[in-house]
Parts: sequence; structure tokens; C-alpha cells
Amino acid sequence: MISAAVLLIIVLLGIFAPWIAEHGPNDAALSAVNAPVGAPDYPLGADQNGRDIFSRLLYSINTSVVSALIGAAVAISIGLTCGLIGGYFGGRIRGGIEWVFNLIMTLPGILLLIVLMPLTKGDFRVTMLIYGVLLAPGIYRLVRNVTVGVRNELYVDAARVSGLSTLRILGRHVMPVVQGPVIISTAFLMGSAIGVQSGLAFLGVGSTEVPSFGAMIAYGFTNLYVDSLQFVWPALMLGVMTASFVLFGNSLRDALEGARPKASSVSKSAGSKGPARHEQAPKNPGDADALLSIENLHLTYPDPSGTPKPVLNGVSLAVRPGETMGLVGESGSGKTQTAFAALGVLPGEASIPEGSIKLDGRELIGLSERQLRGIRGRDIAYVPQEPMSNLDPSFTIGAQMVESLRAASSVSRSAARKRAIELLGHVGIADPERTMRLYPHQISGGMAQRVLIATAVACRPRVLIADEPTTALDVTIQAEILDLLRDLQAEMGMAILLVTHNFGVVADICERMAVMQDGRVVETGDVAEVFRNPQHPYTQKLLASILDESVVRDDDRVLAGESSEGIN
Amino acid sequence: MAEKLLEVESLHVEFPGRGFRAKPHEVLHGVSLTIDDGEVLGLVGESGSGKTTIGRAILGLVKASGGEIRFQGENITHVGPRRRRELARDIQVVFQDPYSSLNPALTVGDILSEPLVIQGSTTRDARARVKALLDQVGLPADAAERLPREFSGGQRQRVAIARALAPQPKLIVCDEPVSALDLSTQALVLKLLIDIQRETGVAFLFISHDLAVVRHISHRVAVIYQGEIVETGPAEIVTSRPEHSYSRRLLLAAPVADPIEQRRRREERKRLAENGSMETGAGVR
Repeated sequence: MISAAVLLIIVLLGIFAPWIAEHGPNDAALSAVNAPVGAPDYPLGADQNGRDIFSRLLYSINTSVVSALIGAAVAISIGLTCGLIGGYFGGRIRGGIEWVFNLIMTLPGILLLIVLMPLTKGDFRVTMLIYGVLLAPGIYRLVRNVTVGVRNELYVDAARVSGLSTLRILGRHVMPVVQGPVIISTAFLMGSAIGVQSGLAFLGVGSTEVPSFGAMIAYGFTNLYVDSLQFVWPALMLGVMTASFVLFGNSLRDALEGARPKASSVSKSAGSKGPARHEQAPKNPGDADALLSIENLHLTYPDPSGTPKPVLNGVSLAVRPGETMGLVGESGSGKTQTAFAALGVLPGEASIPEGSIKLDGRELIGLSERQLRGIRGRDIAYVPQEPMSNLDPSFTIGAQMVESLRAASSVSRSAARKRAIELLGHVGIADPERTMRLYPHQISGGMAQRVLIATAVACRPRVLIADEPTTALDVTIQAEILDLLRDLQAEMGMAILLVTHNFGVVADICERMAVMQDGRVVETGDVAEVFRNPQHPYTQKLLASILDESVVRDDDRVLAGESSEGIN
Repeated sequence: MAEKLLEVESLHVEFPGRGFRAKPHEVLHGVSLTIDDGEVLGLVGESGSGKTTIGRAILGLVKASGGEIRFQGENITHVGPRRRRELARDIQVVFQDPYSSLNPALTVGDILSEPLVIQGSTTRDARARVKALLDQVGLPADAAERLPREFSGGQRQRVAIARALAPQPKLIVCDEPVSALDLSTQALVLKLLIDIQRETGVAFLFISHDLAVVRHISHRVAVIYQGEIVETGPAEIVTSRPEHSYSRRLLLAAPVADPIEQRRRREERKRLAENGSMETGAGVR
């Protein structure tokens, strides 16, 4: 804000220079040669030619502002137009534009401006015109990148389908996104244009008639030993102006791009404060034989202002050895957060004010990362939702499996490799040796999920937490993955906590299920029982929303004339 | 009227291959389908089958490399931009993702009135129409002044449906319109689509991977597998007694939300698999 005010004052001073200054910028008076600061009529003194420094300073502002405006305007009009076109159309058009801009970028800027002097006849405005062209690639790249991003948004496709012309789409849907970054970089461009103009004037390139900071500094410099203050004023002014532009650009960025309040990482009370503040004594009798038991788990995340916002409000859940427990709920119900809490992989800003998570009687909340690492992979394993994003694209399947096997149980590299091949064969991958050498992008999503399952069960975990393991997969692949989980469970006797939103999956593989709503478990029971006779109204509502398999659309197609024509 | 509303005949679409002089990659190998006035054709397939590409080709968002798309008898496969814009009156779209399909910077009112103003209606008419549209999709009238981010996924999808209805089109391409929604929302939005279809007689090309959803809304169903349509027929038959082995696989793979029925279906699927009509599926892509 201050920088904007300073800029405004400076610009106004420039505009009103003819009225403020008592002398013209080029009026020389022999009597005033090298007049000191404070001399009558010459508040800042006069230079070696007897010209009023104050007046020249004010007129120089105009030169700078005009340079800034010309430079930025040319850069933006060329860069913005070409950026929109290049970003939106792509293909040959973009290729051509790109080629031209790359060519411009290879030109040495200042040198070119000096070389072209005979052409510009020393007029700083023409020089700035050319400099604007040289600045255009920067704007072009910025606009093109933003445009390409917007171009892929579905709402641009929707606008095309709505019959909007390309020009209108660019103006209405693309421009608003582009203009913020462009305005910001304009402020920087202006500062840069002023700097270059002054630099050229300092070097003596251009007309000596035009007052300019650069020229003034140059004069002051030659006169340094006569009157050292002469070069301070223009230098100061130039500094203030360019600094204001840069600061103004920065504050614009903050204002337009929204400096988001940083998520203040609320102290990890989960780690230090330990388990429940007040011990919840009553235990369900059925939980006595539970392998993984979560009790009254509360979880909060700080909202942007820093106050904790509850995500889980007392989740209680028990998974018995060897059973498959389905954890169902809609998006935002907290089912994934529950799974993450059990794995001990919550992000740093999450905090657990209350509750306990026990694995085979051992409290997990409050354990150090090191202790947790000993449990994860060995006792608790995890199968994620997106198999692809959980494999590193730059390593082979084999390398990744070997690494995680060695992390979980300290075995030699060759032993881990042997075990990996064995495991891959076990999860139904036809050619394990070959698969070991493949990169993640070379295998299908279903196969990637098999790889992750193989890694997860490598150490024969007692609990496998699967977070929507089949949601990203096609139904035919989903069926195969569920079969695989079922087979592995029968063989290894591990318990599975399956997080899902799909009741079909629950019906297929789970023995018991828990239904979550708004961070709470509202109903737990045998799958068959819950499906047949749901108790909680929310469960009833969810089950009622399942599309009935038997329903087929029976009414005939709507014939012309039958419909109430139109919608009004 | 003998001619169909939409006829797609041996449509081929290819995408340029990656790298220098790479061979183009064909995703549709001659797809043919027809849609009558006021009919809902369900198009089922798995990811990568090309079902979305068919929709985008009809909308003119991807170029066909072969074959023909006819709308009311007119060949629209390679129409120019001007005619394509006129077609917006008749062919509309509802996309899968209700988050990226609405411009976050525009109010719902602006989103809905934009196509109307383009088609030449006055601002006042457009405003009244927006009100009617919001009412039709079950959103409050004051929704017009609000931004998309203030709405839930289901409500956004209602806005997207309203936008598609705005020019009173004859055909709407619905590309997985309920797949991104929660279970309870999904049922409601699906019901809304059926009601609208009944009231207005607009035809749908309803693209989905979910047989149960397709069965609910479609009169006829086409199953697409690896860029080819393997089976087309009345919804009832294709979705419960399919003939093609892939359609059968698809049907049996979808889990039913009923433990007993699902066990039966699972066993049937395994029997089918043992009979050898099903590949292992764990192949390299």
C-alpha cells in the first residue's frame, strides 16, 4: 500500500512538473553552474551546465513513467495475445509462435537496443517499444502456461458445447484466470523498463535533450569531485521508483493470489500427551478378544484460523483376529481418517485429544515414530486406494518390493528378491521374474494393486488395512482383487479392515461391518444382519439408496408430441 | 419419421502417438449406434474402452478419423465451427466431474444464462429462464447469485444438468454423471435425470461403467469393450441375460449389495472363469 502511494505521488509530481519547477529542464544559466543545494531558486542546486537539478528530476519522472508504460504495454499486448492463442490452440500454431519467441529470447537485449540506435534515432520511446518486444516472451510463457491449464478444465469443454465462440471463451473463461498473474508481472516489467531506460541513458545512448535519471547520474558522476551530491538525487529517485514497483508487484501478488494463512501446525498433542485424558473404563465384552480395537477416538484438524475442527467424534471399532471388517460411509464421514489413525500416519497438524487405539492390547497412540515403524509393515499393513500413485514411477517393481521387504525385516538383498518373486507369484501374477523388471507405467492398475498387496502381506501381518482398495479399478478387476484378498486371508489368517463406500464390496467379502457418519460409528454388526435388518436410520437410508439390481426402466421412450414441449 | 435422431456409423477415432512419427493410437475401431427421439441409450464399458471418446466425438470435442456421425439426417462429422455452435442448441453435455465442469469464478446464474445469451435471448428472458431451470433441477432460486464452491457435489451436478437443459436440446450426452457422487446423492440425481427425461422427451446418451445405474435409466443398452461395441439391445435383456461373454463377465463382476445373492453371483462368476471364457486379467498392458 505504501509503495502504491509513493508511486502515485511520484507520478503526480512528474505530471505537474511544469507548474512545480521554476525552470525548464534544459534551461541553462551560467550564473547557476554547479550551484549548491539550497541556492535561491535552485532547491537541489544546478549541474555543470547550470540546469536546475530539481526541475530535471521532476521531468525525468515523466521519461521514466512513459518508458515503463510503453515497455509494459508492448510486452503485454504481444505476450498476452500470443499466449492466449498459443495456449488455447496448440499444435502448429503454438509451435510457430513458440519458435518466434524463442528466437527473441536468444537476442542480447541491451546490446540490441544500442546497436539499433541509428534506427531509433535516439528516441527513448522507440527504444522502449523495442524493449517491450524483448520483454514479451516472459509474458507469453506465463500466459501460455496458465491458458494450457485452463484449457484442460471441463468447464471450457462445457462452454464449447454450449456454443460459445473461441473469442468469447478466451474472454470470459480464460482471461479472468490469466489476468491476475499478468497484472503482477506488469509491475515488475515496469520497474525493469525504467531500469533499462536509465541504464541506456547513463551510457549516453539516446538524445541528450531528454531529461532522464540515467543521464543525470552520468552528469553527476563526471562532476563527482566538484559536487558529490549531484548524482545522489537522481540515483535516490531511481532507486525509490524501481523499488516501489517491485514492492507494489509483491503486494499485488499477495492480494490477488491470496496469501493463504499457513496451516499453523498445532502441537502434536497426539505424540506427547499420550492416551486418553480420562480413562474410559467400560469395555464392551465383545472387544476382549479384539485384535485391533479403537475406542472413543477423537481427531481434530486446525482450520485456517487455527482453531481445532473435529473430524472424528469418538469412533469405537473392534476388529477380531482373522475376520474381515467393512468400514462403510460416504465421503467426509471420516472412514479414511480412522484408517490413517490406526496406521499412525496422520499428518503433523492432526491431533488426537482423546481416545485409544490398541493392537493386541498394546496402545499405539503415543508411540514414537520409531516404535510405530516397527509395527507398520510387520503387524499392520496397508493397501491404498490408488495403486499407481503409490508406486514410484522411476523405480522398477522389483526394486521397490525389495526395498520395502528389507525395511520391514532385515534380510539380505538376494533373499528379499527371492521372496518378492515368490510373493508376486502368490498374488496371481503370471510371470513374476519379468514383472520385477517392469516400471509401474508398464503394468495395469489391477496388476499394480496386486503388487502392493504382495508387498503388504510379505511379513504376514496380523491386520491388513485396505483403504478403498478397488475403487479405482474396473469391476472385473475389482472382483479379482477381492478374490485375491479372500484367498490370502484364508491362507494367512490375518484380519482385514476394509474401508469402502461400496455396499456390494461389503456384501462380497466382509463378515462384519461398521457404518460411519460424521466422524462416528453409528452401527456395527454382522453383514447379513445389518443388510437384512438395519437399526440406525442412517444405515437404513444408505441401504435404501442402493440402486436395486432388479429395477429396469420399463416405460417406453418418450415419443414426440407426448412430452410437454419444452421446459418452461 | 424414419430417420433416427442420432446415427453413428463405423466411427473411428485415433489419437496421435507419443514421440516423433509415432503411429497414431486408435481408440475406437468402427463404432455404430443409433439413438431415437426421446430415447435413453446406455453405454457401458470399463476404463479405456473408449466410451467417453464416443461422447466427445458426438460433441465435436475430438475429431473422427473415419466413419460418420449423423444428427437428424445431417452429417455432422466434420462440420465447421459456425454450424457446430448452432448445434449447441440441440446437443448438450453433462460431465462426470461436477467440480471442474463449472467455472469457479462465475455465479451459477452467469453459468446458466451464458449459453442462453449466446443463443440470442435477452438478459431479462435469460434471467427468468434461469429461475425456471433452477426450479426444474430442484435448486433454490437464490442459487443463481451464489458461486459453485458454495454447493455440494450433488448440487453442482444439478447446476450442470440445468446448464445442459438451458437451450432445450434434443440430445444430452451424459458422461458418467453420477459416478463421482455419494451413494445417497447418486440415487437422487439419477431420479432427477429420469424425471427430466420423461417430462421433456430429451434423448440421452448415458455413459457409465455401472450396470445398475444404466439399467435404471436406459431403454436400450450398448456394451463397449476395447473400442468396439460387443452387444446392443433392450436394457432388460442386456443387463440381466447378456449374450456376449464380455457382457456376462461384466454383469457377474459387479458386486450386489446382498450377501446371499452376492455369494451366488460370485460362484457363478468362478464357474464361468473355470470354463475358460475369461482371461486371467493379470496381463501386461
